Amino acid sequence: MGAYSTIAFKPELCDGCNACMQACGDAKGGETLADSRIQIVPDRGRFELALCRQCGDPKCVANCPAAALSKNEETGTIEWDGDKCVNCLLCTVGCAYGGIAYNAARGHVVKCDTCGGDPACVKACGRGALKYVTTARIYNEVGALEDLFVPGLAGCQGCNTELIMRHTLRRVGPDTVLATPPGCIPGMGSVGYNGLTGTKVPVFHPLLTNTASMLAGVKRYYKRRGREVTALALAGDGGASDVGFQSLSGAAERGEQILFVCVDNEGYMNTGMQRSSCTPYGAWTSTTPVGERGKGKSQDAKNLPVIMMMHNCEYVATASTAFMEDFYEKLEKALDASRRGFAYLHLYSPCTTGWRFPSRKNIEVARKAVETNFVLLWEFNPRDGLRLTHPVDKPRPLREYLEAQGKYRHLSPEQVAHIQAGVDHQVAFIRGLADGSARLPAM
Amino acid sequence: MHTDYLILGASHAALSALNAIRMHDADGGITLVTRDDCLPYSPTVLPYVVSGRSQPQRVFLKNEDYFARSRAELLRGAAVAAVDGAGSRAHLADGRTIAYRKLLVATGAAPVVPPIPGLRDSRFHVLRTLDDALALKSALGRARQAVVLGAGLVGMHAAENLAKTGAAVTVVEMQPHVLPGYFDAQAAAIIESAFRKRGVMLLTGHKVVRVEPAGSGCTVCLEAGETIAADLLLVGVGVAPVTDFLAGTGVEVDRGVLVDDTMRTSVDNIWAAGDVAQARSFYSDARTVNGILPNAVEQGRVAGMAMAGDPGLRPYPGGVPLNTYTFFGQRAVSVGIQEQGVDGAEVYAETDPDGCRHLKVVLKDDRLLGIFGINAAFDPGVMWELVLRRVDLGPVKTDFLVRPQETARALMSRLWR
Repeated sequence: MGAYSTIAFKPELCDGCNACMQACGDAKGGETLADSRIQIVPDRGRFELALCRQCGDPKCVANCPAAALSKNEETGTIEWDGDKCVNCLLCTVGCAYGGIAYNAARGHVVKCDTCGGDPACVKACGRGALKYVTTARIYNEVGALEDLFVPGLAGCQGCNTELIMRHTLRRVGPDTVLATPPGCIPGMGSVGYNGLTGTKVPVFHPLLTNTASMLAGVKRYYKRRGREVTALALAGDGGASDVGFQSLSGAAERGEQILFVCVDNEGYMNTGMQRSSCTPYGAWTSTTPVGERGKGKSQDAKNLPVIMMMHNCEYVATASTAFMEDFYEKLEKALDASRRGFAYLHLYSPCTTGWRFPSRKNIEVARKAVETNFVLLWEFNPRDGLRLTHPVDKPRPLREYLEAQGKYRHLSPEQVAHIQAGVDHQVAFIRGLADGSARLPAM
Repeated sequence: MHTDYLILGASHAALSALNAIRMHDADGGITLVTRDDCLPYSPTVLPYVVSGRSQPQRVFLKNEDYFARSRAELLRGAAVAAVDGAGSRAHLADGRTIAYRKLLVATGAAPVVPPIPGLRDSRFHVLRTLDDALALKSALGRARQAVVLGAGLVGMHAAENLAKTGAAVTVVEMQPHVLPGYFDAQAAAIIESAFRKRGVMLLTGHKVVRVEPAGSGCTVCLEAGETIAADLLLVGVGVAPVTDFLAGTGVEVDRGVLVDDTMRTSVDNIWAAGDVAQARSFYSDARTVNGILPNAVEQGRVAGMAMAGDPGLRPYPGGVPLNTYTFFGQRAVSVGIQEQGVDGAEVYAETDPDGCRHLKVVLKDDRLLGIFGINAAFDPGVMWELVLRRVDLGPVKTDFLVRPQETARALMSRLWR
């Protein structure tokens, strides 16, 4: 059994317009809103949902005495066979979501069939409260690929870097030489312990300063020996934007055929949460403390992906673990580009330990970073320029992102205003590049 | 032969256990044995086989491919004769012996044949197996005067099927109203009236004292002195767990096989689930046989997880009486318990003047104990969850009583997040 696509509901975006119910009723030949298989129910001024979850281990199916319900292993949809149904209603005893219910007009139970993978309700929702989540496709595809890291990487609780590492290396594949400079990634076990590597591919541990140059040499050596391998770096922002920058910049400028992935957790989190040049303004770190005078970092972050774009690399993109489909598309493109030249992927990766938020909130924080426009998801290549891959036209208030993290707890209104101005400037700049109203001087 | 997990039975509890074991243990050998020669089916579907709604060859819950994919062996036509607990072996009636590491007893229940003088000498039907259903179905067309003993679900379904064939039907029930396990007198009256409208004679509060064979049929004699001639007699007074094959194993048996909150019996490597098991009630510490399908599914899952050592196992929350019953196109749904014997229970009941819709809610301290409806819209699965979670309905009580379906859906949708 794989993962499946699913209809997701965001109650905070639902205004109870019932367009989804209307659309479902129309699609399924219903007369009234009661015939809709998606039911929006009022809940003290807000709205909630009754809809089949297409459960992985469905109780409605287990409760059916007539074998009229079954889970389609291919699509994940729970299918109802009217010829076999005996109208006993025991399926409705099994469902605690109100996802399968008796329809008086039809005289039998009805349930969502996801319209064969193109749900009418989702298309009818103008507010984004319903979304058809198709990310499962990736997990099914990746699930079939070999996991090239050892089991049991030792990350902090809630860290999403393991997700990044395993996904990336699975996709990039076994013909890879991996460089992981000092940082969280070797700290989690990529370089291994006691003389054994933490990967099933050759992995080495360059200095913080020379990752890109060592990898360039390794790649050239293999090329000379006639072997096609992917030279992959999984580096932190410290190793990429600070002391590692000269070798990174050099390799990018020379167009070395490298796939360089920078996992940006906004500091040297592995060694005790020191600031890096990617640490944002106002953030607490152990070297930008908060006290009587200090109020977190007093400088703005360096926008490393923009700087990499200025190298006119074969491919540059930003990505987030909260948007895996987007990340995956970019990983494919970056992998392809690394056969021709330098490909750079900048992954925004919240740090549960260093950013001070509960371990269960990693993806939520990552999502808020994108939805408040604190970070922007885009891609660049020298032929097509820059393109926003997930434009956020109506950003959520920036404070939702800042308040989700302890490292911004101390911020004064002036500091928040400074950060907001930086966000506004970044949005204007990147959007300007995307729509052509701003131009890169070198192009 | 030897297997890791031996499952006696192949209906809902057994299949649910098989699924749960495979979720955690991909490799352990699983063997199911069933006395039936066919693939697994549900006793609950049998009234619909009788009525013709279900094709007998299409009622099977799982096909051979499912067992192959689950890497589980299904031994058909294999009744278990005895279990040797000390030796961890099961002896089949055909002489085969299966050694097991862990055993699940999910053999269900068998119809009770009450000790009425003359009954065993007369021809009568019961309804528990597919063969029973086919026999009853073929008798259905010939019956002109039918008597049904017991106004439980089996009896009431059969009475409806018989009435639809045009036979004169009499139902005899000792309790004062029909479906006594699930509905109170007020709700039962609505169901009874639907049957009476179709000419079914309901003799509630009556007791059969004697049955006399008469030709190919029989004569049923009531305590009150009446006699009813029948060319078809169906005994549907209930079912009881069959546990005799466990004699000598040390497995404690009361009305059913006594189990703890992981469905484990008093013997370490033997579990029991479904209609054969007697597990804790949700409402008290008493252990009861709660022989209903959703409960069998739940118990089977708990047993399977426990047997496989799944760390995700949470203890059985306790049995809640639940049922759904459809009659002459109408729907009756029952979740939980009535107010009798509950201190401080609040009862809200309403019946529409035309008697088409009935709703009764039983609360205690604003927690749902039971909800019962006839042609009333609510989701029994949502209500079951509200009962199990002891959700405080105080803040939404008024709405809940007026619009139970919408209010409960909103509540659960919120609580799931």
